[in-house]
Amino acid sequence: MSRELTYAEAIREAIDLAMARDERVFVVGEDVGVYGGAFGVTDGLFQKYGAERVRDTPISEAGIAGVATGAALTGMRPIAEIQFMDFITLSMEQLVLQAAKLRFMLGGKVQVPLVVRTPAGAGTGAAAQHSESLENWFVHVPGLKVVMPSTPADAKGLLLASIEDPNPVIFVEHKLLYRTKGVVPEGDYITPLSQSEVKRSGRDLTIVATSLMVVRALEAAVRLAEEGIEVEVVDPRTLKPLDAEPIVRSVCKTGRVLIVHEACKTGGFGGELAAVIAESEAFDYLDAPIRRLAGLDIPVPYNRELERRMTPQVDDIVAAARRLVREAR
Amino acid sequence: MDDQFADLPPARLQDLLHQMMLIRAFEEAAEQLYLQGMIHGTMHLSIGQEGAAVGACAALRPTDYILSTHRGHGHCIAKGARVDQMMAEFFGKETGYCRGRGGSMHIADVSTGNLGANGIVAGGVPMVAGVGLSIQMQRQDRVALVFFGDGAANEGAFHESLNMAAIWSLPVVYFCENNQYAMSMAIARASKIERLSDRACAYGIPGVTVDGNDPLAVYRATREAVERARSGGGPTLIEARTYRWKGHSKSDKQRYRTKEEVKQWQERDPIARLAQQMIEASILTEGDLATLQARVEQEIIDAIEFAKVSPEPDPATILEGVYA
Ligand SMILES: Cc1ncc(C[n+]2csc(CCOP(=O)(O)OP(=O)(O)O)c2C)c(N)n1
Ligand SMILES: [Mg+2]
Repeated sequence: MSRELTYAEAIREAIDLAMARDERVFVVGEDVGVYGGAFGVTDGLFQKYGAERVRDTPISEAGIAGVATGAALTGMRPIAEIQFMDFITLSMEQLVLQAAKLRFMLGGKVQVPLVVRTPAGAGTGAAAQHSESLENWFVHVPGLKVVMPSTPADAKGLLLASIEDPNPVIFVEHKLLYRTKGVVPEGDYITPLSQSEVKRSGRDLTIVATSLMVVRALEAAVRLAEEGIEVEVVDPRTLKPLDAEPIVRSVCKTGRVLIVHEACKTGGFGGELAAVIAESEAFDYLDAPIRRLAGLDIPVPYNRELERRMTPQVDDIVAAARRLVREAR
Repeated sequence: MDDQFADLPPARLQDLLHQMMLIRAFEEAAEQLYLQGMIHGTMHLSIGQEGAAVGACAALRPTDYILSTHRGHGHCIAKGARVDQMMAEFFGKETGYCRGRGGSMHIADVSTGNLGANGIVAGGVPMVAGVGLSIQMQRQDRVALVFFGDGAANEGAFHESLNMAAIWSLPVVYFCENNQYAMSMAIARASKIERLSDRACAYGIPGVTVDGNDPLAVYRATREAVERARSGGGPTLIEARTYRWKGHSKSDKQRYRTKEEVKQWQERDPIARLAQQMIEASILTEGDLATLQARVEQEIIDAIEFAKVSPEPDPATILEGVYA
């Protein structure tokens, strides 16, 4: 059975299911209890599971990451919430130097099954310190998995997979996706990590997009189809470990690839994707250079129009795709 | 003038009253404009906490620095900023203090020594030690005061900063606005100690708790801390107990507190309190108060008009403001 849920509801359902069947799973973070989370994602879980398992913390992001890491190391399955991805900068040491490395450093004798959920992204007028998309910082760290769902169903399925995973997972949500709706299967529904998915097929151009940009790319694809341009949209869903095969296969088919993400272009995940494609057999099939469309290399501005221009919009994707199908190598 | 008014002359007291009223009116207007869709994003209102901002800044000189918080409109006005440029910033206009790039959460007026609000809880707390160090190394006659909330005192950086300022005797004042909550987290759930100012003793510096809704008590405590800092006596931790009347931000259902509690605190309005004290001492009349109110209202009308007619930033300048 399936029904429509919002992205936020789908995440909540996944947490609820995991908590109901596994005593080790607990939620820890700022205002996750009575308040229900800054974006309402954990709403109602406190009433159902109580203060011990839906645990409010002081404003201590290093502490939250540490508590989650220590608990995961010794038999629990914490789901930590970092209220905005920007604040994960305060958690970095415990996540990057401890959680990510413990298993390796201790010769494989321990596991750190922790999930850090955190909302990224601009578009809410919250300016430079509440709008970051920092996923690629974590992609760079061996020992972390990085997941970025674009649909409610993926959000549920990937979160359940992340909770079951024995490794630390950085689970990056998007603020503008929380209210988007989609069909979500009921019950135990798992979307395995590291499976890229073709969200729409087409022959002229591949768009590889992440998170909110998948939604925008699909909208762009509808408009481009009206002009006779058939776009294939591939969503990696798990950035690391990346399932490159569907991406490479798609580029081999279309010969053209546009990579779209919201994070700043320089040092963003697009560079990694471009390299993966360039190093693969798809290189020989490319009819045009690999192109990236990404956030401008500036902090997110407050002004509405500047903020809009800072991140790729549907119009920008349409324009970039149009240019690319006309381009030759 | 006797000590009831902390040695402040009547004209200065009227200034403080005016500032508190201006902060209140500014925030009430900003909230309305937000609800009308004229201002976007979010904002954190300090309505009810004006006594802390104004009392603290009254003890500072124009050349002294402040570092502010996400709930920083009051600090900004109290340090001397213009409400028209603030309002223009809220509207995202080029004439705003941050040229429309920062908005409510990053409002700053460097010209009056306000180094900025902060989107990050405790974001200014470690930085203030650097500002203090800079003052000390340049042998300047300045003090740096950092505002932060009760919630911010639980960030690790708070402890690092206090310790560094303490060991180096930096000219810094740590000013905690304890408004009883960090979003939904009541202070009693977030800390085992009853007085946050007790944390000062862990760093070997003075700590003091004051009634944050009594602007003159706040002024007195801050004046003492500022004098100590200025004369090489090092930092002080001040805890001002106050209360925010409004929700945390624009998306707060306030399930963590009762209406009765809010009402009780509203009866301790810092503005009404100072006005009443002054009227009782015959240094303010009801007529003066009405005149002040009219002046404040006009200032807000003018600020909104300025913001409305101001130009938007030129999109061609979008990449400006970063060197890399
Ligand atoms: C590092 C960081 N963590 C969390 C937040 C989200 N947040 C913004 S304000 C706030 C509560 C702050 O409480 P307090 O310091 O007491 O200040 P108040 O809001 O009460 O003025 C929270 C959790 C943030 N902005 N920065
Ligand atoms: Mg507070």
